[in-house]
Amino acid sequence: MTKPEKSNPSSRSWLRHYVFTTSHRVVGVQYLLVALAAVVAGTLLSLLMRWHLAWSNANLPGWGLIKPEDYLALVTLHGTLMIFFVVTAAPQNGLASLILPEQLGGKYAAGSNEKTSARMALPLLNALSVWLTALALLVLLATPFLRGGAAISGWTSYPPLSAVPSTGPGQGHGMDGWLLAIALFCVGSLCSAASVIATVMTLRMGRLRWMEMPLTAWSWFVAACMVVPAFSVLLAACCMLFGDRHFGTSFFFPPIDVVNGVVLHHAAGSPLLWQNLFWFFGHPEVYIAALPAMGLTTTLLVTFSGRRILSYRAMVASTIAIGLLGFAVWGHHMFVSGMNPYASRAFGLATIAIAIPSTVEVIQWLAMILAGGLRRATPLLFTLGFVSLFITGGATGPILAQPILDSYVHNTFFVVAHFHLIMGMAGIFALFAAIYYWFPLLTGRLMSERLGRWHFWLSLIGAYAVFFPMHFAGLAGEPRHYAQLTGTASYLESLLPLQRWITVAAFVLAAAQLLFLWNILRSFRHGDAASGNPWNASTLEWCSADEDLEDRPAASI
Amino acid sequence: MPTTITHVPVDIERKYPRTRPRDPRIDRNDPGLGGRPPVDHRPTGGGGSGDENWGRRPPGRRGPRELLTRYRMGLGFALAGDLVFFFILVLAFYAQQHAGHIDPDNQYILDWKPLIIPPILWINTALLLLSSFTMEMARRSVFHDMHVMEEWLGMGKPTSRRALPWLLATGVLGSLFIAGQWIAWEQLSAEGVYFASNPSSHFFYLITGTHALHLVIGVAAICAALYGLWSSKRIEIRQIIVDSAAWYWHVMGVVWLFLFGILLLAQ
Repeated sequence: MTKPEKSNPSSRSWLRHYVFTTSHRVVGVQYLLVALAAVVAGTLLSLLMRWHLAWSNANLPGWGLIKPEDYLALVTLHGTLMIFFVVTAAPQNGLASLILPEQLGGKYAAGSNEKTSARMALPLLNALSVWLTALALLVLLATPFLRGGAAISGWTSYPPLSAVPSTGPGQGHGMDGWLLAIALFCVGSLCSAASVIATVMTLRMGRLRWMEMPLTAWSWFVAACMVVPAFSVLLAACCMLFGDRHFGTSFFFPPIDVVNGVVLHHAAGSPLLWQNLFWFFGHPEVYIAALPAMGLTTTLLVTFSGRRILSYRAMVASTIAIGLLGFAVWGHHMFVSGMNPYASRAFGLATIAIAIPSTVEVIQWLAMILAGGLRRATPLLFTLGFVSLFITGGATGPILAQPILDSYVHNTFFVVAHFHLIMGMAGIFALFAAIYYWFPLLTGRLMSERLGRWHFWLSLIGAYAVFFPMHFAGLAGEPRHYAQLTGTASYLESLLPLQRWITVAAFVLAAAQLLFLWNILRSFRHGDAASGNPWNASTLEWCSADEDLEDRPAASI
Repeated sequence: MPTTITHVPVDIERKYPRTRPRDPRIDRNDPGLGGRPPVDHRPTGGGGSGDENWGRRPPGRRGPRELLTRYRMGLGFALAGDLVFFFILVLAFYAQQHAGHIDPDNQYILDWKPLIIPPILWINTALLLLSSFTMEMARRSVFHDMHVMEEWLGMGKPTSRRALPWLLATGVLGSLFIAGQWIAWEQLSAEGVYFASNPSSHFFYLITGTHALHLVIGVAAICAALYGLWSSKRIEIRQIIVDSAAWYWHVMGVVWLFLFGILLLAQ
């Protein structure tokens, strides 16, 4: 472990120990702090959205009326912050940097007689990745203050809306800022992924073979292997979109002559090309966010049930299968974009096929849960919450995977419910589980169980209260980006009571997170002292360096 | 005298000599009927795979090339991402060739006008190939056994002395390549072919531009390697910087051949 020395208080050394350091733990914590900043901002933005959707004509104190373009900017920023800077940066780049080197036995790097610390294989690259990510976040958070405000074309930034500065108020500098932030994030994630892959391949301790690695390590490895092609594609697409915006190219630009009164001189490009490229990144991205959470769930269930998993090999195989199949399903986001029916059938089948390895994992989790004897602790509660949300959110996946059904609910609140449950809430619950679980490792203190339970139950009930009713709004036909329901079709106005309920629940859910922040702050100073291995875990990050590995049972799972 | 009845068949005795300590990794109950043969991981002492197996040692003690291997691996995966980046550009290149619009007479008109590649690109390509050769010479000179041995014995820095001119030559050739690309862009603009002119010119400028940007990074890496040769005392570190810069340079060379081929032949 690399603990920053506290003896030298000069500011330069503070910078060296806490900011420009290559220590894997500090970099991991930096990632988590970046994610925390993003999640706080993203949550506040979502509360504004909810407020506006429920009470469209009410003046917001200090803001006034939220205009439709403001609503779209809120949607865009919220989605971008949450998907890139929270559910990708924290569980994959952040937790991998924080835990992976020690989980691979890095404390034993140079034998027991020398004092060395665990490290990533390429520490400087790893540190560079978090600095780039933080810079990307700063750029993104600065976009609302540029002329015209933040971008309004959603986190998917479909052209032609995103390709022409004249299409909306935020589509000038705001959109450029968005592109810059995403490009920086791509480069940062690529650096992080190269570092994670090299760590797993070269820094496993002597006897830890591939098929003995914990499933967390496996999932970080597979997700990192997915990051490399996925984010490279997004980076290329962003470069091309930038060309369309500023150099008069028309990669993604359809033959349109006039937009918003501005005459354009573009050759005929294809907006579908952007969609293909974006979703070729976008769907693997879902699994990049989900795989670490899934691996973590397995590891935590093993720890808290004290059982072996039914089939370790099946778990590894399904992790890899999800990684591979994840690249074959991007078309299911484009069923209604104009696609050859045969292609949509193929993408639909591939998408349903990916449910098979996911189900293999879910069944093994359920077997471990149902076998009983679980030790109840907050990390376990959040893991169970993850499993519950993963199943609920996953159940609507095969519906959306079928072109015929999807064309009814595409771009409605049904989709919003689906991905918020499986990607947003499930991912966040796994992140909470990870933080409650590894907090003692980092600080030597336990987080408060009492506060943890309150946090869990309020969050679980809140998550379902917010996102489950969205299915019904979607089935009733509410489109997902509409800024207000009043003054439109009457069938949408009838959904107002439902949306108001969701808004109230969202405020409760957000308020419950204050318990978590308070718990962290309080436990950091006043938490109960934890033993070296408070959860009786078998993975190597919990071993103290002087422990003799020969006497341990095989470190696995 | 009657024959002696041996309790243990001789061949089994040979297979499992009692004098050796038991190893839990060897399944001694395996009768050998169709199963995998037992694998003995213990040191043989014969210089085989036993104690000499670096991979079984703890990280940090896996031999003189451990750090180098790690850097090569990281660079390799980063470059894999880069290859995907260029691959996507090429993919879009092919996708866009069929883009067109429908004119007032209801005819589908292809927008793609084939581009005439400036001939200077041939010279640039030759320069880049030559630079890959000089880079390889630089790379080999930091790995030259005799010179490395001399450094270990404390006899100066002969590897740096040998690598320096080759690296300098690579940097100069690389800069010439970038200048040559600049000239090619100038020539095209003089003919009135700009970035925005036509889908084919979009791709020409985008592909050559992003590749040239990568080469600028490569020249920066060579400068960093030159600085490293001068400043670093450890031969391992100097090997790593030159080796990483070299592999990056080679990959960019191969990528250029691929891209140039596409630009030339697929118009």
